[in-house]
Amino acid sequence: MSDTTSKSGGSRLDSKVPSGPMAERWTRHKFDLKLINPANRRKFHLIVVGTGLAGSSAAASLAEMGYRVTVLCIQDSPRRAHSIAAQGGINAAKNYPNDGDSVHRLFYDTVKGGDFRARESNVHRLAEVSTRIIDQCVAQGVPFAREYGGLLANRSFGGAQVSRTFYARGQTGQQLLLGAYSALERQVGAGRVKLLARREMLDLVLVDGIARGIVARNLVTGEYERHAGDAVLMCTGGYGNVFYLSTNAKACNVTATWRAHKRGAFFANPCFTQIHPTCIPVSGDHQSKLTLMSESLRNDGRVWVPERSGDKRAPNEIPENERDYYLERLYPSFGNLVPRDVASRSAKEQCDLKKGVGESGMAVYLDFRDAIARDSEDAIRARYGNLFQMYERITGEDPYRVPMRIYPAVHYTMGGLWVDYNLESTLPGLFVLGEANFSDHGANRLGASALMQGLADGYFVIPATIASHLAGRKLAPVTTDHAAFAEAESSARERIARILSVQGKRSADSIHRELGLTMWNQCGMARDKAGLGQALEKIRALREEFWENVRVPGDSKNFNQTLEHAGRVADFLEFAELLALDAREREESCGGHFRTEHQTPDGEARRDDEHFSHASAWEFKGVGEAPALHKEPLNFEIVHPSTRSYK
Amino acid sequence: MSAPTHAKGLRITLRVWRQSGPSASGAFETHALESVSPDMSFLEMLDVLNESLVGTGKSPISFDHDCREGICGACSLVIDGHAHGPDAETTTCQLHMRHYRDGATITVEPFRANAFPVVRDLVVDRSAFDRIIAAGGFISVNTGSAPEANSLPVGKPLADEAMDNAACIGCGACVAACPNASAMLFVAAKISHLKLLPQGAPERESRALAMVEAMDKEGFGNCTNHYECGAACPKGIPVSSIARMNREFLRASLKSSPPRGAAPEGA
Repeated sequence: MSDTTSKSGGSRLDSKVPSGPMAERWTRHKFDLKLINPANRRKFHLIVVGTGLAGSSAAASLAEMGYRVTVLCIQDSPRRAHSIAAQGGINAAKNYPNDGDSVHRLFYDTVKGGDFRARESNVHRLAEVSTRIIDQCVAQGVPFAREYGGLLANRSFGGAQVSRTFYARGQTGQQLLLGAYSALERQVGAGRVKLLARREMLDLVLVDGIARGIVARNLVTGEYERHAGDAVLMCTGGYGNVFYLSTNAKACNVTATWRAHKRGAFFANPCFTQIHPTCIPVSGDHQSKLTLMSESLRNDGRVWVPERSGDKRAPNEIPENERDYYLERLYPSFGNLVPRDVASRSAKEQCDLKKGVGESGMAVYLDFRDAIARDSEDAIRARYGNLFQMYERITGEDPYRVPMRIYPAVHYTMGGLWVDYNLESTLPGLFVLGEANFSDHGANRLGASALMQGLADGYFVIPATIASHLAGRKLAPVTTDHAAFAEAESSARERIARILSVQGKRSADSIHRELGLTMWNQCGMARDKAGLGQALEKIRALREEFWENVRVPGDSKNFNQTLEHAGRVADFLEFAELLALDAREREESCGGHFRTEHQTPDGEARRDDEHFSHASAWEFKGVGEAPALHKEPLNFEIVHPSTRSYK
Repeated sequence: MSAPTHAKGLRITLRVWRQSGPSASGAFETHALESVSPDMSFLEMLDVLNESLVGTGKSPISFDHDCREGICGACSLVIDGHAHGPDAETTTCQLHMRHYRDGATITVEPFRANAFPVVRDLVVDRSAFDRIIAAGGFISVNTGSAPEANSLPVGKPLADEAMDNAACIGCGACVAACPNASAMLFVAAKISHLKLLPQGAPERESRALAMVEAMDKEGFGNCTNHYECGAACPKGIPVSSIARMNREFLRASLKSSPPRGAAPEGA
């Protein structure tokens, strides 16, 4: 561990949070920001990497304003970015159900849900713009669920006592992304956005310390490309696949953010990872990824395990009085709707007590029997039909008759590149949006808030704050002939050539699996100092193993998926070390970060506000070298830190 | 069929299409797999085969995939002649090996259509779909200009029908299944989704004309009522949407000189 902690956070961590009353800050900030007149916007070229909710919405909105935009995505179409897989919904403080919601309450719930490790001003802005996201999406034709009167329907979600979640069956992410994608394609058709699919960003290019472009690889032809611009927006998602098994899509990776980190962007709170409580359990060694069952299921499903350890009876043979509905018992006021971190950890505790169910014993029941008896099978089918169908396909079991088996899985990463209030990283000109940044969810994200943040950043924040850079700095013209592009390209080429030259005996996938297992066992739902130390050693050893023994067939001059994956694994092997270091450094339990040394006698997380009320922003010092820690202190002016209780 | 003697898995013979590039000629390659777990997904079976190919220094099979939850639309494959395999309303990534018997021979090919050129092995280029959407598959509403969401009520049955069509994942199975390689179900789904909602009404005619024109330009065939598209669609998009698209196109064509092309000028 490095001792180069900067005491003040230093000028490099200026959060640029505006002053004044919380509820007026965003409005005031927008007024204080410089503007760029419509005729001048076309003089600026912006590079957007990634086309999930954040990337698509940002690219579309900026192009509508008149900027010239180039968009790159790793998939064959921007519509396939992993935002598409979000099921449950999107929060917004509309208060349509008249149940006491407000911008202030959404702000409050999000700060509290994040276990007091997020920046208040950012969260307030998020809550403020949430309502306009819904307006925008409805106008685009997003077919949200509606009541018979024709107005929008809402449902409740974990961590909240109001119904503020808008949804489109179990496909909310898909519909929101298709809305943003259609807005993006409209700009492509109008010639304002240049779209480049099947491209992977491999490096960030800095000129005079300012982000002025990227190097990317065309995944079909293997060609390297240089893209120069006036700003770079990274909307490249989270790093959950460092665990190998996660609910993330297979292509989700840390490469873009990690390469930017190696160029100087600070990485904040990498240990804040979210384990989602309701996923389909692992079925065997062949498992390639995990599938989430929407958290909305907890509205009607009841979570239980057999009261007696080692009870191997079929679920329907276990009588009512021998079942332990442990969430309802332990958390009577929130019951099955406790936040994700609490629900996940409780499931692990039950399995550790040998009360887990299924063949592996690593699962708990999510039972719809009572809901079906109460509301009818048809009503449950209308609410969750597609989820039940998906469950049956994967497991071969009918959840209308037999309770679902669920277990937690890595799902979302709250950590990411450090950004200020303008979403600008520590590198000028590099903006980071959506899950790729660290900003709004603190140590734990509430359900239905990821979609909200991705779209808030893209539709409403960046269109205003990008001017802070474009109008605020003198940007000399830069072309791809600049030496910095040549240097970045040759470094990207070299790394790929090195991977291909090893010609060892192990596949990148097998090394990735081994890394994932270490991360899950020692850096997953429960962490301790000794285990993290072992993980660090193991990660370093695996990294060596990779560079000495990886085997990647084929070459770099054509479509080579094994090579793509190997490149990402190489970056995960560097990044994993930072994640484990950050987890070891943070000697407290908060949100998704649970250190077994820091818990109350009844097993709840014990936060340490005196020593850890800060964001940890790490500065890269070299692979295998101790990174430098910078701290951004968190000040809570409105929501005073309290012990999070859902009892 | 004799039971496997050692492992409890399935023995599968796989005939897979291999093609090194768009202009190369392809051929089937045969692989024998022992002890395939019935709990594996079809793509996990391919993963396991690829791992063994990498282990022996051979080139692994390229195939598109990403979310593996049946929603991103990346996975494809024609399996034993069926786009996305034999299961109704199921993408390839959601197909599981428990549906196959021990000793089965399975033939795997890419989605075949002129408008979907092969990139490598089982991977095809479906960017034609993006270009069709860019031509008109949207509602022109700039960020920030939207009215209050509840100011425009939409009857639940209508909203539900729009959602039925919006559920399209853009995988291209409809094209692969159609003897004419027609993309009409894909285009009809988007036209229907946006036509059914009142928000979509102002651009109703221009959208239908522009999308159909883009579809024809990409080289997709026409519908001759085989309905193979509907049978193959993993999201159950109703084929009746094609009739709606044809009505929309006819209606728009009869109206005098509608504005064509993509987005109107200006923010």
